[in-house]
Amino acid sequence: MAELLHRKLERSAVGFVIAIIAAASVGGIVEIAPLFTIDETVESAPDMRVYTPLELAGRNIYVREGCYACHSQMIRTLRDEVERYGPYSLAVESQYDRPMLWGSKRTGPDLARVGGKYSDFWHVAHLINPRDVVPESNMPAYRWLATTILRTDDLPKHLAAQQALGVPYTQEMIQNAARDAYGQATPGSDFTDGVTERYGEATQISAFDGVTTQVTEMDALVAYLQVLGRLTDAAHGNAAEATSASAPAP
Amino acid sequence: MISKLTYAERETAFAIALATLVGGLALGIAGRNDVLGWQGVIVVVFAIAVLRPLMSSYYEPPVAEDRKVTYYDDPTKVGIVLAMVWAVFGMFMGVWVASQLAWPELAFDGAWSSFGRLRPTHTTGVIFGFGGNALIATSFHVVQRTSRARLAGQISPWFVLFGYNLFCVLAVSGYLMGITQSKEYAEAEWYADLWLVIVWVTYFILYIGTIARRKEPHIYVANWYFMAFILVVAVLHIVNNLALPIAWGQAKSYTIWPGVQDAMVQWWYGHNAVAFFLTAGFLGMLYYYLPVRAQRPIFSYRLSILSFWGITFFYMWAGSHHLHYTALPHWVQTLGMTFSVMLLVPSWASAGNALLTLNGAWHRVRDDATLRFMMAAAVFYGLSTFEGSFMAIRPVNSLSHYTDWTVGHVHAGALGWVALITFGSIYTLVPALWKRERMYSATLVEVHFWLAIAGTLVYVFAMWNSGVIQGLMWRTYTGEGTLAYSFVDSLVAMYPYYIARAFGGLLFLVGVLVGCYNIWMTIASAPLAASEKTDAPLLPIAVPGE
Repeated sequence: MAELLHRKLERSAVGFVIAIIAAASVGGIVEIAPLFTIDETVESAPDMRVYTPLELAGRNIYVREGCYACHSQMIRTLRDEVERYGPYSLAVESQYDRPMLWGSKRTGPDLARVGGKYSDFWHVAHLINPRDVVPESNMPAYRWLATTILRTDDLPKHLAAQQALGVPYTQEMIQNAARDAYGQATPGSDFTDGVTERYGEATQISAFDGVTTQVTEMDALVAYLQVLGRLTDAAHGNAAEATSASAPAP
Repeated sequence: MISKLTYAERETAFAIALATLVGGLALGIAGRNDVLGWQGVIVVVFAIAVLRPLMSSYYEPPVAEDRKVTYYDDPTKVGIVLAMVWAVFGMFMGVWVASQLAWPELAFDGAWSSFGRLRPTHTTGVIFGFGGNALIATSFHVVQRTSRARLAGQISPWFVLFGYNLFCVLAVSGYLMGITQSKEYAEAEWYADLWLVIVWVTYFILYIGTIARRKEPHIYVANWYFMAFILVVAVLHIVNNLALPIAWGQAKSYTIWPGVQDAMVQWWYGHNAVAFFLTAGFLGMLYYYLPVRAQRPIFSYRLSILSFWGITFFYMWAGSHHLHYTALPHWVQTLGMTFSVMLLVPSWASAGNALLTLNGAWHRVRDDATLRFMMAAAVFYGLSTFEGSFMAIRPVNSLSHYTDWTVGHVHAGALGWVALITFGSIYTLVPALWKRERMYSATLVEVHFWLAIAGTLVYVFAMWNSGVIQGLMWRTYTGEGTLAYSFVDSLVAMYPYYIARAFGGLLFLVGVLVGCYNIWMTIASAPLAASEKTDAPLLPIAVPGE
């Protein structure tokens, strides 16, 4: 019977096309649509801030260089991961991430909570030649970041696009994006106060690459790495619960 | 090739190529302050490369050809050559990036040559360059034979083929310049994605138009798969790549999907790129070339139906198994795992159907390396789909995820299944298309076969070992209840396997080079075959008395 039906279907190209679309649509609709409607999907984190323009620029360098190919930013709910990297990642922590950078492969370690673990100086030395600080490392050297001036003139457009997609950047943040990028990497400059005013006192102001005369791609990337896992404290409330989370016995 | 076009068709082709050139120019001007400008230059160069041969033979007299009684195989021929070119490029990049993991100084301190930028040139080069061209070429060939009708267009097949290759060139050159969305297997930016939509819609119209011309009442099973491949890839591509460019003159865009939803969309895309690009399309190949080469009909029609609809329906649920134990809600992970396990049924139905088709032809498998390529492909398909279902089980995934085991699994499928079925199909197709008696050298096909098998096995075993060791080291505790190994300890343990993997990849690449030489020599010098009159479209039969 079913075979007879199918013999009929096979005779109609249009019918077949419709049947394929119908069969193939179900899974995606059932799994994706509810992620927007079920409130528990993304936890609430009222203390969470958006990326500063410098951090966002750094994130775009991370994307550009394909760092996600070797580093995940997603600590799973497994005992060893929580003990190695910190509290497991929450959905809310990547709510402003376009695209998400959870990754799929750890040739290098997870970076979801790398922010604050190492000094700026360590990061700069590591990016210039990873083997200078970790002799066994197989990570590429990114020397040119330290000498490449960061493009900041288009940062307002980046923030405006993010705002259009729903990231809560204010008009003031957009207008001051380029100045804020400079201010965050140049402590003591005229533009520094604006950064903490708009993004909070806890924002790290630093001459990330150790040079204040220019803002380089190294500044931006290190600023981004230093903020990873520190946009909200939401995950830290789960720390106790996390260690007892279901995990295969060691 | 151009001589077969009428003057009107040449005009159309000229207009399209010129429009592409103008589009490239516009992109170049709009993006003059951005890397986007260089992408415009690449479009212009590509358009000129198409225009030059067209212009030089523009006024040559058209060759009279009765289109009612001939198939249109020129696009297939060019597609096969392009597929082999991309294979060499993509696999060379693979060997290079694999070597960088063992010897990081092989990046030579360049920005463009660092691992993160080269890795997508390998994946795009192999999946879309090699795999995509092979699929387009073979689908054109198969749909004509199984419909007994000529392609429903004279210019559109070329537009699909060259337009698709322009997409691949834009994507790969973009990665080297640092243009990427970072979405795995969909790294190309918005302008390239938009271009691919135009190309793909043309592909669909051409394909369905050809099927509409068919002289056979039923649509053959290979075409079900090719149709599913074209349709679903279109849906996946569009949904996953919805993005807002920061400006029309800049390459950078931001995806409309945030965080966890983006993760789900990306792996819904990612896993179904495996399903509908790397599985459905190549099953289309298998369902035509395997029975043709074995000279046996497909074992079971019912199994074909079961596996086709099973794959089409189940696969779309499976993507979330890439996100076990993550911040993706648990219920979605569970659905993904459940459907991944169920997928084993249609997958093995396909693999079994292919292998049982060989019953009665096993002596041919022994003697004919081309058929053996396809047999081995079916075996690897069965093995890697089993492995995939297994790895999708949550506790197994806790060990395998983030490790080289995943990489090994992907390559068991990509090398063992996708590449082997493609080589089997190409070795069947090349003599037929160029009207040769046989391939230039059967021995070289044999050499290629064993290099491919050896390379795949070395690669997969290296990655199994490294993946499992890595996963175990990460979760090993000391007697005192502390983690036994630092991350660096686990990295140091990987080096021997990274060297072995690069060697396995090199063997596979050498096999491809042998294949290229053999194909080249077949086209250049293998003896001509006696003409086969049966390889032609069916003419409408005049009914006496009408």
